Amino acid sequence: MTKKKQKVALPHPHDPLLRADRIPHIWCPGCGIGTIFGCVLTAIQKSGLPLDDVAMVSGIGCTGRMAGYLNLDSFHTTHGRAIPFATGLKLARPQSSVIVTSGDGDLFAIGGNHFIHAARRNVDMTIVCVNNFNYGMTGGQVAPSTPFGAKTTTTPIGNFEEPFNFCSLAAACGAVYVARWTTLHIRWITDSLLEAIQKRGFSFLEILAPCPVTFGRRNKLGKAVDLIKFLHERSVVRNQIDPKDAVLDFNKHLVVGKFIDIERPTFLDNYQLINRRELGDWPALERQVPRMEKQAKG
Amino acid sequence: MVEGALVAGCRFFAGYPITPASEISEILSIKLPRLDGTFIQMEDEIASLGAVIGASLAGVKSMTATSGPGFSLMQENLGFAIMAEVPCVIVNVMRGGPSTGLPTFPSQSDVMQARWGTHGDHPAIALSASTVRECYEMTVKAFNLSEKFRTPVVLLMDEVVAHMREKMVLPDEDDVEVFNRVKPTVPPEWYMPYEDTPRGVPAMANFGEGYRYHVTGLTHDVRGFPTSRPDEIGPFIARLHRKISQHFSEIQMAEFFQTEDAEITIVAYGCVARSARRAMIEARERGIKVGLLKLVTIWPFARSAVEKVLQKSRILLVPEMNMGQISREVKRVNPGVAKVFTLNKVDGTIITPEEILNRITEVA
Repeated sequence: MTKKKQKVALPHPHDPLLRADRIPHIWCPGCGIGTIFGCVLTAIQKSGLPLDDVAMVSGIGCTGRMAGYLNLDSFHTTHGRAIPFATGLKLARPQSSVIVTSGDGDLFAIGGNHFIHAARRNVDMTIVCVNNFNYGMTGGQVAPSTPFGAKTTTTPIGNFEEPFNFCSLAAACGAVYVARWTTLHIRWITDSLLEAIQKRGFSFLEILAPCPVTFGRRNKLGKAVDLIKFLHERSVVRNQIDPKDAVLDFNKHLVVGKFIDIERPTFLDNYQLINRRELGDWPALERQVPRMEKQAKG
Repeated sequence: MVEGALVAGCRFFAGYPITPASEISEILSIKLPRLDGTFIQMEDEIASLGAVIGASLAGVKSMTATSGPGFSLMQENLGFAIMAEVPCVIVNVMRGGPSTGLPTFPSQSDVMQARWGTHGDHPAIALSASTVRECYEMTVKAFNLSEKFRTPVVLLMDEVVAHMREKMVLPDEDDVEVFNRVKPTVPPEWYMPYEDTPRGVPAMANFGEGYRYHVTGLTHDVRGFPTSRPDEIGPFIARLHRKISQHFSEIQMAEFFQTEDAEITIVAYGCVARSARRAMIEARERGIKVGLLKLVTIWPFARSAVEKVLQKSRILLVPEMNMGQISREVKRVNPGVAKVFTLNKVDGTIITPEEILNRITEVA
């Protein structure tokens, strides 16, 4: 009697963090969000944070659905308001690590005001902005990130608005960590995310993602693979440069890299500082994070 | 008001300055840090209620305070709190509207907004206050109801009540009944954050306690995940309503003043109830049998209280500082046995006892 070789289903390293019963996900074939989701999971695992202390807050849109697939405390909020919800969560429970994942439209169009004020306050949270250059969930309308001249469903002959430079905006508002990658830079995304999660303060990560179904198709950028090739060919890494100079020009270069990594007291640091002036021994609010040596090299 | 919030256990406040509700922020900004609480002034009212909901999910009782224009901005997240069943308290110090309206004048024109302001079919709880003591009591009550039913509670005040100064003796903190949300007792893998319990209110775990559940504003199943199955959507929306409707008796509060023999009953709330009481006393001196039904709970509408006064009264008078928002409800529940008269005033001044008295003599 010979036993047939049975295939052993090996657990995937991300399994403990995934809500496997929620799969299949809603994202289109070729979408970049899955890659980024994988990077987020890896970074959370690498950070060594107690998982009960990590909360994922997301807005509305394709990226907003990320929270639902993650086996953590996950919070899918109203459109554009992920950051205020995350602020409340963080201030009420300072020991938690809050990661906000959302798209460019959610964070910078409807939620722009919340973004700039959270960055100014330096609330300790990590923002992951998936920039797919359009509103994917609603069918591909023009977004604050859509390049000049690009076609979308609401700019059928070309976008007549200039897009934001999110990294420059974040830096100007006071973010302590700013980086930009494309979905192709998997290791760098993961390393940056890890740094951002461990960084005390408002850290911002922009990830350029291909959206073959609604953006790529209308702009004759080809299929998913062509879009990734496009990102690969056009992206140039320029670390430590002023984010103002890190322009995204579809005809020339997409500048990526880690731009800002500074130290600044967080909202809770300052809240404690001011309260201690008046009230003496005010409670230590800040979470205790197992500090790890920085792994990523800029 | 503020004392009531603190006694009830409020330790987080997020707000945005607005006349005539800024005093609540100002006092809480002094008091909250002394109780290890957190005060933050957000960038707008949308963000304020967002932060309040976030803090409440983390297990801290939270509130915000605003006025009409800010309340309009909060409607989005008010709906979220109803949908995701997150307890919180929103104080709306009503001022004249629409739009920027009359920032420093009283009004009662947000009554319907508190009920129907946010989109979708939803239940609502709104309380009102007419004295300083009631501000205290109703704030405690608002927190208790919100924790008990996992729903946001709106406390409607008007500019007059909010700026009123009256003496009151604060009750001993131990005598104040404070209700905290029911925590799950099951292990995390069994936890159903939106399960249909007999009471209609599922147990609520706080973020960070290891239950790791999903909170969304999308229509969700019992585990909290988005669903598009009709057999899950229907029961969920039905439960949202049922958890309030099957506890009407716990929520609906009203006070009766000499309604036993009243031929005319005034139905009033907020600062108008004070004028109405005075008018009632003066009318009785003139020999007109007038009673007063003071609505404390505005929503859900105290139908049973109105039905009770309808057993005797054949004339109802509803004075309000709006174009007739509660009188609509009174007319709706009146099966035709009584005549319902209104007294509406929208000029930014309060309704005086004389005006009510005049109206009583008119309709009597």
